[in-house]
Amino acid sequence: MNKTSLSRRALLAAGTAALAAPRLARADTSAPIRIGEINSYSAIPAFTLPYRNGWQLALEHVNAAGGVRGRTLEVISRDDAGKPQDAVRLAGELLESDKVDLLAGGFLSNVGLALSDFSAQKQVIYIAGEPLTDALVWQKGQKFCFRLRPSTYVQAAILVEEAAKLPAKRWVSVAPNYEYGQSAVKWFSELLKARRPDVEFVAAQWPALGHIDAGAVAEALASAKPDAIYNVTFGPDLTNFVRQGNTRGLFEGRSVVSLLTGEPEYLDPLGDETPPGWIVTGYPWASLDTPAHVAFRDAYQKKFNDYPRMGSVVGYSLIQAIAAGLSRAGGMTPDQLAGGFAGAAFETPFGQALFRPLDHQSTLGTFLGKTALRDGKGVMVDWRYVDGAAVMPPDAEVRKLRPGAG
Amino acid sequence: MKPLGPVLAVAGLAKSFGGVAAVREVSFAVARGEMLALIGPNGAGKSTCFNLLSGQIRPDRGAVFLDGEVVTGLSPRAIWRRGVGRTFQITATFASMTVRENVQMALISHHRRVWRFRRPARQYFAAEADVLLDPVGMRDQAGRATGELAYGDLKRLELAIALAHAPRLLLMDEPTAGMAPAERGGLMALARRLAAERAIAVLFTEHDMDVVFGVADRILVLDRGRLIAEGSGAEIRADARVRAVYLGSGATSGGH
Amino acid sequence: MAGTGQILIPLLTGLADAAGLFFVASGLTVIFGVTRVVNFAHGSLTMLGAYCGWSLISRLPPTPLGFALGALATMAILAVIGAGLEIGLLRRVYRAPELFQLLATFGVVLMAQDIVQWLWGVEDLALRRPPWLRAFVTLGGARFPRFDLVVIALFPLVFLLLWLLFTRTRWGRLVRAATEDREMVAALGVDQRLLFTSVFALGAALAGLGGVLMLPDASANLGMDLTTVTDAFVVVVVGGLGSLPGAALASLLIGLLQAFGIMLVPRATLALVFVVMAVVLVLRPNGLLGRPPGRDGGGGEARALVRPAPAVLRRFGLAVLVLAALAPLFLGPYALAVGTEMLIAMLFAASLHFMMGPGGMASFGHAAWFGIGAYASAFAVHLLAAPMPLGLLLAPLAAGATAALFGAFVVRLSGVYLAMLTLAFAQIVWAIAFQWVDLTGGDNGILGVWPARWAAGPRGFYWLALALAVAGTLGLRVILAAPFGHALRGARDSRRRAEAIGLPVTAIQLAAFALSGAQAGLAGGLYAYAKGSVFPTYISLGHSVDALLMVLLGGVATMSGPIVGALAYTGLYDVLLSATSLWRLVLGAAIIVLVLAAPEGIAGGALKLWQRVRPA
Ligand SMILES: Nc1ncnc2c1ncn2[C@@H]1O[C@H](COP(=O)(O)OP(=O)(O)OP(=O)(O)O)[C@@H](O)[C@H]1O
Ligand SMILES: [Mg+2]
Repeated sequence: MNKTSLSRRALLAAGTAALAAPRLARADTSAPIRIGEINSYSAIPAFTLPYRNGWQLALEHVNAAGGVRGRTLEVISRDDAGKPQDAVRLAGELLESDKVDLLAGGFLSNVGLALSDFSAQKQVIYIAGEPLTDALVWQKGQKFCFRLRPSTYVQAAILVEEAAKLPAKRWVSVAPNYEYGQSAVKWFSELLKARRPDVEFVAAQWPALGHIDAGAVAEALASAKPDAIYNVTFGPDLTNFVRQGNTRGLFEGRSVVSLLTGEPEYLDPLGDETPPGWIVTGYPWASLDTPAHVAFRDAYQKKFNDYPRMGSVVGYSLIQAIAAGLSRAGGMTPDQLAGGFAGAAFETPFGQALFRPLDHQSTLGTFLGKTALRDGKGVMVDWRYVDGAAVMPPDAEVRKLRPGAG
Repeated sequence: MKPLGPVLAVAGLAKSFGGVAAVREVSFAVARGEMLALIGPNGAGKSTCFNLLSGQIRPDRGAVFLDGEVVTGLSPRAIWRRGVGRTFQITATFASMTVRENVQMALISHHRRVWRFRRPARQYFAAEADVLLDPVGMRDQAGRATGELAYGDLKRLELAIALAHAPRLLLMDEPTAGMAPAERGGLMALARRLAAERAIAVLFTEHDMDVVFGVADRILVLDRGRLIAEGSGAEIRADARVRAVYLGSGATSGGH
Repeated sequence: MAGTGQILIPLLTGLADAAGLFFVASGLTVIFGVTRVVNFAHGSLTMLGAYCGWSLISRLPPTPLGFALGALATMAILAVIGAGLEIGLLRRVYRAPELFQLLATFGVVLMAQDIVQWLWGVEDLALRRPPWLRAFVTLGGARFPRFDLVVIALFPLVFLLLWLLFTRTRWGRLVRAATEDREMVAALGVDQRLLFTSVFALGAALAGLGGVLMLPDASANLGMDLTTVTDAFVVVVVGGLGSLPGAALASLLIGLLQAFGIMLVPRATLALVFVVMAVVLVLRPNGLLGRPPGRDGGGGEARALVRPAPAVLRRFGLAVLVLAALAPLFLGPYALAVGTEMLIAMLFAASLHFMMGPGGMASFGHAAWFGIGAYASAFAVHLLAAPMPLGLLLAPLAAGATAALFGAFVVRLSGVYLAMLTLAFAQIVWAIAFQWVDLTGGDNGILGVWPARWAAGPRGFYWLALALAVAGTLGLRVILAAPFGHALRGARDSRRRAEAIGLPVTAIQLAAFALSGAQAGLAGGLYAYAKGSVFPTYISLGHSVDALLMVLLGGVATMSGPIVGALAYTGLYDVLLSATSLWRLVLGAAIIVLVLAAPEGIAGGALKLWQRVRPA
């Protein structure tokens, strides 16, 4: 462990140092390493456009630092229009026509799973950036797929850390009615009950994704007279829910624990209606002042004249992770690459993370904090970073959850 | 052997649409080989009567007998199967087919070949179709698109279709509307000949009184849903009530 | 105390929802009533209304007056946009075959998505609420937003204004006359063009109002076009197409059902609306207050003669087929994968064309059968461990059987109502696939549906797909030329005549519906093995629309239409998706250009050109 982490650190230092003093690329004329990248650019632009900025920035940094093993990285990017079936077709095109060396990307869980299935079939490495579903590394986990972001399980587990400390006993939940929402509620209630046998979930609302009837949902939740609310809605549904909840006083005198709400993508649209005191996971971009993040934020703002979003961090880290995995691999065969990525450590704006050899999940964590209002905008305060590795189930448990591959 | 009574007998037939009584307690009968005309001013209820007979509409009251068998309220399909053919006031044909294919369709239905999925329909009963098209004068147009026919030709085609299953009763709702006056006589003479040769009972409506008096064996006069007169051409011509109705409405020919 | 709150508050919530539905749906129903255009772009107009409203109201003083001014200005802007849309696009395609205008409006939907994103950016825009918009009243111990009371009050007000407009003004009487009998108004010598334009402007303004009034509770976002348009369709259809009181009644029904339904069956909210629509249509085939369509025209509409393909075309088709069969010898695996998808799309489009063209039954939910076929194959692999041939057999069987069952309700309807009932069914199936995670895996889908070894390579599977798609498509053509196909076409041309020559019209249409569903199911099964996975997106409205676009683009009236349409649409889509981030803009524009240039579809247009060059 120590030995590998040393070499990793050396490499990563090289990557970040390049920011300040770009070295001359080694005089290597070999062709660039091609990454085939697929994401739902037109379907979910609010997340994927900052994400694209993120990986473009990282690409610049990595290549300015001499690339990987003397070869530059090249990204060929495709829009899957939010459809897994298109993602699979595009993956085929990238692989065959563009001769990419590996695949990356994905926002939607189903796109991630489809690409992973494809990668297993074609024996090609796939690095999933965003997809949250646990199945990607557990039930459907396989040798050639690695995932960067903390999964639904990890996000819920991190929230439980704080939720368990609340005095609340009567809980209600509201989650979009599909796999993500259902898993998020399942894990949260299971983990919370394990920690606090005295809590009970007294009502659940399952609005259709993008179709929330927020007034009625708020009313239905209030009528259950809960002590605390667990929210999984996001995007337009969340805005709608928060407004109705604010006006109707749903959140007054109640604790609210909310998944992903601290991410700028979802927090910013709430504006001056951000309900203070919600316990959330997210990304406090303005107040995170670690050197790695400051460097990242400054570079990002300089290049795009905008502040980074969660997607930007994912995009940036994705390329860093790929660079690390590639340079650690002994060669370019799929098996060599898989070996390189398993255990590869990489630098992210949040600090260092690594792909666990156990389940190919990265240890990238997320921030746990509270919402607050500052100058009419929602921000995260009292936050702390929770490393993904800290909340994972025990290894034996994970092995059971991941039947397919070691 | 067929029973000897009338082919069609109607007793106390009635139908209203909302508040409008379109047909009120109408009774009559048509015999084998007989040409019976049903006349009356616009809106008198003639077409409604036809629709009641051929099953397009269910009557509120009354009964319809075909050769003594009750057929009241049966579906158009069931009534057709029992040997009733009809033409429509506003022609109803298959516009995306050729003239011959229209007749073939009726023949396919008659010979119970609808549920066939392989051999092209145009190979079914083509010769028979031509035999039907010949007397109505449409044989030379058999290959033409129905959608581009003149209105009078459509009427002729409808007649051929209506005869495809050798009906015992033929209902013709304004069969010559839209034809040149010269053609009308020819078509009706044909109908008359067929009625006689094949012992078909024919019930028809018509606004052209020359046609009516020329071919009808007997005439029924309908006014506001009620039968007001019945008899031969001469009797009807002499009937004061009929004259009043027609003079009152001022329409003795043409429009529909 | 709690008692009154428990009923009153959900009641008011439901009324506020109902009001929101009504503003959007009223515009849609008025437009349909007069112009007979199924305006898919109505949701896009609502979205534009929300964005325009956001831009205007954020710049005006945060007072009720400022809000009202912003709302009125938005309505005016939308009216202009609506009029522009009518004059620039729809006016040119009124004469095209039924539902063809839908294609044009879908082009607008695609373009609007990119244009709005370009103008306003990707982030959700939530209107900053001044205190008066956050105010509430306390009723029976519970709080209720005061603005929602305003919205509730606007509901009868807008309804009354529209009602007065339609009953008390000359313009309104003309509009109503046009709704009931288009030919009559034309005969009266009224300038129909002005009438249509003004109706479109009014409808768009109402859509704009609907969009603006969403702002205080929600946000302007890029997904709202499709979420609002499906709801609006449901309301319009439940109420009865073209009926304003019907739309009001249906809004009430659905708004209240949603508000109370959420308490009783929180998981079923998505399906609930469509279940309501299905039940209403089964009980009342013309919606709550709709009128039955006019008396059977008796085949009055001009229909092109359907003839067997000319020898030249057959030889051409044969040559293409030989080429397609030899393709694996010189194409790479990716090209073959694309070819396989095109073949499946062709089979899918041909199956829709079968019921839509010759059958006269357009479907807005054809993806249901495709999806059922795909899931049947996936279940066959996972639950029965069935070999691929069995999986491919089960796909059409499952889809065909479900279609036969459900078709019994569908074929009793006609026109847009029929199409909407298929949509309702498809949405229910989609909701099951998307939300019933334990059974279907939800949106994560079912993975690992890979083909048998002998067909696993791209070549093998391509040949399999070619064989099945060609057999399926040709099979449908053979059936169409056979007595059954003629009877189906006859029932469409003139139901009256068909019945009067003893054709069992309902049974024929039901059989056609089931056959079409089975073929779509086969396409779905093939697709499942081709992709190795099955997802709810296969059943989504978008996929149903894809099928419609392929058929309409190719030309409903021509037998080769679906084939040409499928190849053109999938080809265009694939190329654009890889080539440009503005693919929706370009694809939408391409569709609109095609609509204007070839109102008979590509194959229809080509046929016309051919006939002009070589008079028969
Ligand atoms: N489906 C219907 N719904 C409502 N009213 C109808 C319907 N069909 C016919 N009517 C009414 O019934 C009455 C009789 O109509 P019908 O068509 O039977 O008259 P007609 O004698 O055939 O007239 P014409 O000579 O004009 O063909 C008319 O007042 C007509 O308006
Ligand atoms: Mg009549």
